Amino acid sequence: MPELPLLSLTIWLPILGGVGVLALGRSSDDRARWLALTVSAVAFVLTMALWAGFDPGTAAMQFVEEAVWIEAFAIHYRLGVDGISLLLILLTSLSTLVAVAASWESITDRVALYMAAFLIMEGLMIGVFSALDGVVFYVFWEAMLIPMFLIIGIWGGPDRIYATLKFFLYTFAGSVLMLVALVYLYNRAGTFDIEALHGTPLTLTEQLWIFWAFVAAFAVKVPMWPVHTWLPDAHVEAPTAGSVILAAIMLKMGGYGFLRFALPITPDASQAMAPLIIALSLIAIVYIGLVALVQRDMKKLIAYSSIAHMGFVTLGYFLFNAEGIGGGLIQMVSHGFVSAALFLCVGVVYDRLHSRAIADYGGVVNVMPVFAALFLLFAMANAGLPGTSGFVGELLVILGAFKVAPGLAVVAATTLVLGAAYTLWLYKRVIFGPVANERVATMMPPLSAREKWVFAPLAALVLVMGLWPAPFLAAMEPSVAQVVQQATATKL
Amino acid sequence: METLYLLIPLASLVGALGAGTTVASVREIGHRWAIPGVAVSFLLSLVVLADVLAGHTFNGAVYTWGAIGGLELEVGLLIDRLTAVMMAVVTFVSLAVHVYTIGYMHGDPGYNRFFAYIAGFTFFMLMLVMANNFLVLFFGWEGVGLVSYLLIGFWYTRESAIAASLKAFLVNRLGDIGFVLGLGAIYATLGTLAYEPVFARAGELASSTIAVLPGMPWSVASFAAIALFVGAMAKSAQIPLHVWLPDSMEGPTPISALIHAATMVTAGVFMLARLSPLYEQSLAALSLVLVVGALTALALGLVALVQHDIKRVIAYSTISQLGYMVVAMGISAYAAGIFHLMTHAFFKALLFLAAGSAIHAVADEQDMRRMGGLARHMPVTHWTFLIGALALCGIWPFAGYYSKDTIIEAAALSAIPGAGFAYWATLIGVGITAVYTFRMYFLTFHGPERMDAETRAHLHESARVITWPLVVLAVPSLLAGFFLLEPVVFGGYFGSSLFVAEGRDVLGELAHHHGGWGQYLPLALALAGVGLAYYLYMVRRDLPARLAAASGPAYSALVAKLGFDRLFEGWLAGAGRGLGRALWRGGDEHLIDGLAVNGTAGRVAAAAARLRGIQSGYVYHYAFSMLIGVFALVSWFFLA
Repeated sequence: MPELPLLSLTIWLPILGGVGVLALGRSSDDRARWLALTVSAVAFVLTMALWAGFDPGTAAMQFVEEAVWIEAFAIHYRLGVDGISLLLILLTSLSTLVAVAASWESITDRVALYMAAFLIMEGLMIGVFSALDGVVFYVFWEAMLIPMFLIIGIWGGPDRIYATLKFFLYTFAGSVLMLVALVYLYNRAGTFDIEALHGTPLTLTEQLWIFWAFVAAFAVKVPMWPVHTWLPDAHVEAPTAGSVILAAIMLKMGGYGFLRFALPITPDASQAMAPLIIALSLIAIVYIGLVALVQRDMKKLIAYSSIAHMGFVTLGYFLFNAEGIGGGLIQMVSHGFVSAALFLCVGVVYDRLHSRAIADYGGVVNVMPVFAALFLLFAMANAGLPGTSGFVGELLVILGAFKVAPGLAVVAATTLVLGAAYTLWLYKRVIFGPVANERVATMMPPLSAREKWVFAPLAALVLVMGLWPAPFLAAMEPSVAQVVQQATATKL
Repeated sequence: METLYLLIPLASLVGALGAGTTVASVREIGHRWAIPGVAVSFLLSLVVLADVLAGHTFNGAVYTWGAIGGLELEVGLLIDRLTAVMMAVVTFVSLAVHVYTIGYMHGDPGYNRFFAYIAGFTFFMLMLVMANNFLVLFFGWEGVGLVSYLLIGFWYTRESAIAASLKAFLVNRLGDIGFVLGLGAIYATLGTLAYEPVFARAGELASSTIAVLPGMPWSVASFAAIALFVGAMAKSAQIPLHVWLPDSMEGPTPISALIHAATMVTAGVFMLARLSPLYEQSLAALSLVLVVGALTALALGLVALVQHDIKRVIAYSTISQLGYMVVAMGISAYAAGIFHLMTHAFFKALLFLAAGSAIHAVADEQDMRRMGGLARHMPVTHWTFLIGALALCGIWPFAGYYSKDTIIEAAALSAIPGAGFAYWATLIGVGITAVYTFRMYFLTFHGPERMDAETRAHLHESARVITWPLVVLAVPSLLAGFFLLEPVVFGGYFGSSLFVAEGRDVLGELAHHHGGWGQYLPLALALAGVGLAYYLYMVRRDLPARLAAASGPAYSALVAKLGFDRLFEGWLAGAGRGLGRALWRGGDEHLIDGLAVNGTAGRVAAAAARLRGIQSGYVYHYAFSMLIGVFALVSWFFLA
């Protein structure tokens, strides 16, 4: 490969940039902010170059880089991008840029450390999405927990210790089992190369064990019901930008794992266990939808909404057809935009009143009309209105579900009411009505220019993807077709 | 020509976006964008109508929305005779309402925002009627729903308005579940969502089956048709999903006229007509459509009798008239249904706008018990309202006479199960319509002036910008039936844009049918209703109250709107919240977190405490116990 190692650059530039920011220490907060913004902007441009150079006509890995890392165990530093990871990498670099810009004024304590954590996390997350070697993947996967642990633990709310503990233990417990599965696969196939593992024959018993080990790691991250309870707590305690990354990217790693590992490596087990995973997904959609309805804390409500939306993703994946898997994938990307934007919306009002309680608000439209309009756009996208990105995945998954079993589509379609109900009821209580109290009247100035710029790209993407999802779908199509083929072929 | 088709919705969109840029302005300038935009849409719609009459149709894609697997979805337009007439009606009424709004919303701080919304509504409604596939139909369908939500809650500081807007959105979403499942059934069977191939292969839908519940196969055609009808029931306010429409009157009156009477609520009716090739494949679906429509026409007309708010009378009247249109769809008299949709758009918009003019005159009072005698002060409003009222009741030669009678007579000829019930329900409905309409007319425009002295002193006719649209709408309310019935309904205007299966062509039969004395029944009932209203509300004004007292529970049931609101607000919403709370506190907090997560952590800690005498709560502590677990698991895994 004579060209630039683009993938390595997108991974290591933010990490080195993060170290650089860290080196600034506490000397100058502003320099830390600007350096972080520059680094994340450059990283974003690099990922755009990835997209520009990406060939949507093939399912093969692109921008592949390979170097031997640990010869004895055949561990290779192997990276590559396909239609499944491309959009997630773009989402990562965009979200980090947004997260840095969103924290500009709200974080004043240990700014350099904070910014560095986000940059390092960005590199690690891109590493997760581009790793083609099981061990490299695992290293990035676990390393990524550390900056997030710090972000919640240092800049979080009053209950942050409980939340970080829960977050860490939940996700760590699952990941360890994944490592066991990877080691077993190495013993079996003599390689950690993920693409090679896709073709490794395995008995059904082996597949079932490995499948459950993967599920333990990925289901927690998604999170699927019933291993979801860490998420509302983590979100509630996390600072705004932490929630943005958590919702936009971290949850997606679970979904990504299913597509990269579980479905292709253990197809027969996936088929056998599909009814169970689908059942859990439908529970997430209905049960969590109902729970979201009665939340009194804005962030908790959106956290529950995330779980319900991710239920659509896992439902789609285990339908094993292009509509379902493509729909789930596009739902992940859309949810990245929408949930990030919704957490930013909460952040905007939280920065003003320092409360997440819905009851403390009311009539915000009277003092912040532009904010109200933006919030409406994202609320409607969350409710899956056609013309917004939120609709695309929902439609595809419902169509795919109907092909498999109409009953699935019936249950899944309840989200049309539930999603609208919890989102718009939240919107009504916070935004509409007369000015609720003195604090809303006096302490809520209109959006600043910076805040508008933070929202602008997300708003544009929500609309573009809703009105013209074709380029996004085209980029993923060959890879989705390949996963469908892998997941429906037997290894027995 | 294709560019021109595209320009029609885009002109309104530009009008909406342009008006949107003026929202922050304190000057009332939104109409400078919205009205030219919608006017262009209207004029070009007339061009298209003429072109379609000359025999040109169009069906093609604008761009590919997205494709994956076997699914290919396009944004595309279908221009045929059904589309053209809808485009003309929508843009005509919309334009009249736009002009009226200049006067009506003058002085409202949301003036510019209002124009952005209604021009945007026109855009979505045009997309809805011009769609050539289910995706674009659904886009328009949800878009008008969004604008309706925004406009019902237009005065967002009023608790009742924002509650009504949320209710409208959610009830419509309930219907959308049906809509989306209908799409799912069609796609799963045929692999496409474009009208043309779906219509061409509608027979396959009838011969395929699906099992939503295991062991209970359904014909796909019946499932899809009924599921889509559930969507139409919400949009077109059919029992029991009508509950949102009366509450939508919280919005400003121009949108009650445009959205909640003339156009958006007819989207469900339009969809049934558009999908006639599908509905003709399922007798079960037609029969259901017919019965629901008839029930709605009758029952909600009765509720209109006891309302005091003038806008609510018209709202219930709208629901009842939508029932007539839906009945027409159910008996395969699609052309008659669309014709009633058209005349209704004119006279109902007229009634609402005239009512708005009256409401403005009495200082925004909507209760008819505090109106009366307005005819003297507002001649234009009064006469145009009267024309609308006569048209609504179906008095010859006003437009409603032709359109409504055709439906009733066609119902008499239909052989679809339930048609007998529909005939009687729609026939009795005519009498009821006349009573509530003229009750409203007499209470508002005649009799003693019951408003306070201050208001009475200031009674005067509205400005011309308000009365002109009334006159413009009064013309078709008077003439449309007389001139257009023959060519549109019996003259084969719709051609191949509507499909009727063999043996069900009741309109064809009606063209040659001489109904004998039966055909005069509706008119006689309408006249009797007007007479009864005159007697009750002009001659013996003490009687209505005594009648109400004497009819006891029947009257209370009508006042309680037959209990549907309680069903949704009390039962359904309450159950959802109750269940949510139970799952949250009981499921998440008690079972999962309490017993499983923290319980496990607690037990691990306790065990460790017993073993090592410490109870730390530090991460490493937990991690350590977990590693032991993993180690055990791994050993077992490799040994087993």
